Amino acid sequence: MSQKIDADVVRHIGKLSRIELTDEEMRTFPGQLTDVLQYFDKLQELDTENVTPMVHAVELKNILAADIPHESLTPDEALKNAPDREGDFFRVTKVLGAGS
Amino acid sequence: MSGLIELSATQLAADIRSGETTSVQATQEYLNAITKLDGKLGAYNEIYTDAALDRAKQIDAKIAAGENPGPLAGVPIAIKDNLCTTYGHTTCASRYLENFQAPYTATAVKKLHDAGAVILGKCNMDEFAMGSSTENSGFAPTRNPWDIGRVPGGSSGGSAAAVASRMCAAALGSDTGGSIRQPASFCGCVGFKPTYGRVSRYGLVAFGSSLDQIGPLGRTVTDAALLTGVISGYDPHDATSLPNDVPDYLADIETPIKGLRIGLPKEFFLENEGAIAPDTRAAITAAIETYKSLGAEIVDVSLPHSRIDIDADGKMSSFAVSCYYIVCTAECSSNLARFDGVHYGHRTGENVDGILELYSKSRKESLGEEVKRRIMLGTYALSSGYYDAYYNKALKVRRLIADDFVEAFKSCDILLAPTTPTTAFKLGEKTDNPLEMYLSDIYTISANLAGLPGITLPAGLSSDNLPIGLQLIGPVLSESTLLRAARMFEKTAPPIIPPMVKNSDT
Repeated sequence: MSQKIDADVVRHIGKLSRIELTDEEMRTFPGQLTDVLQYFDKLQELDTENVTPMVHAVELKNILAADIPHESLTPDEALKNAPDREGDFFRVTKVLGAGS
Repeated sequence: MSGLIELSATQLAADIRSGETTSVQATQEYLNAITKLDGKLGAYNEIYTDAALDRAKQIDAKIAAGENPGPLAGVPIAIKDNLCTTYGHTTCASRYLENFQAPYTATAVKKLHDAGAVILGKCNMDEFAMGSSTENSGFAPTRNPWDIGRVPGGSSGGSAAAVASRMCAAALGSDTGGSIRQPASFCGCVGFKPTYGRVSRYGLVAFGSSLDQIGPLGRTVTDAALLTGVISGYDPHDATSLPNDVPDYLADIETPIKGLRIGLPKEFFLENEGAIAPDTRAAITAAIETYKSLGAEIVDVSLPHSRIDIDADGKMSSFAVSCYYIVCTAECSSNLARFDGVHYGHRTGENVDGILELYSKSRKESLGEEVKRRIMLGTYALSSGYYDAYYNKALKVRRLIADDFVEAFKSCDILLAPTTPTTAFKLGEKTDNPLEMYLSDIYTISANLAGLPGITLPAGLSSDNLPIGLQLIGPVLSESTLLRAARMFEKTAPPIIPPMVKNSDT
């Protein structure tokens, strides 16, 4: 059932994943991803019609916490690793009106 | 080889506490061992020489003042490089986080501090814990102390190599699909993945959040029990941590196991001769005999959805491996979206046209191939039109796999299996074939999918002198039983030491 993953599909998944791919990856990924997806198809052998999906390993219910304010990171701690910062803000490139 | 580095963590803590020796002395011996061996092994990404000695002095001072520094009094311990600490760097062996300094400390590490441990450094791993050989480290591969031409396993390969080579008394790792048990098995040490949620994941850099679990690697079962007791417990910072009280794992660890019912999943033994290397099969068969002689009752059980199929060309496949790699890649694609080049970590130096290009180039430049592959597989499995066929299907199969265990534990107390199909493989042997690499987790991933505790311990050496691991898996929160069963086997087996350590004169 899996489609063949060609270069166009790889480029598309890369875009969805926010990853620009190298030439080498564009060469190796189509074949490798096709192989792994084919392997995933093994699950289609199983009838799971009436099975409830299992989202968590040990299922806990209704984990609630009291809504009490507590100390958190200071702006300086939170910004300590920022690649670019301006005052108490993360600085990024222009978001609106640019490229894609 | 001599001196304090040969003692178990348990013995060393007792000797430090009683004044027989000091933490400074032990820490210095371990630092010497690191200086001597780590150039060959590459187990550490970062070593805290001065901080460790300072900390050891503090512990010694506490003891001199009559205080009790805790159950890990002055014991030098290493931690996997995906556990956040406010000191040093937390890199996950990724170029993306190469200079990252965490603003908080992981709960499990904080608990080690509170118990008196000395943290020696951070251990190498597959980038973001994605891999089974530590060759996916963004820095350099770690080597196996039994044969430096071979991998230590992964992803906690640095932790396992450091423990086996006596470059730390014990270590913490993390296990998403076997990442503690498989490297512990390859390096000849004890590795324990507790029940999902037993140890808080707060401060563990997330890979597959419904699978990830922190656990210890040690040279003895008792050391693993000691560390598990220290790091376990409910944590308000992790909503998935279990509220159940933590028992004293050392209390009945020496109690004989007569009458314990041990299940052998027929899918792992009777079928598919080819799925286990002959030496591994022989060692596991011998282990079963040992358990019989200890008074255990051996019962045959079935885990139909964990079965291993081998086609005419000898290619292995398994529902569990397929299910696991869909679930873990889906979770990883979501978890790793935070590495965006904005808040911390690598940002591209190139001029970019807009924010999407900033993300895409920053990720391109700093993430390794396997990490990219998994993010992309997960993104695909979750994408519109494929969600039901892949992700939802995998969650249903996950239920079938977990239900098999529930059924099996109606007729036995624990399960026995190999940890890995083969002993440690050679560097480069599987790097070009991701699928083959994934299959080295074939015996360990089912426990993660079902959230069950699993332990590996040495069960002898192969004919080419490589460690073989024996795995025990138990029901949810059966830690005490597993540790006791492991301890009883360990007592019958001579300890194994890598030749490079045995022949060294540190």
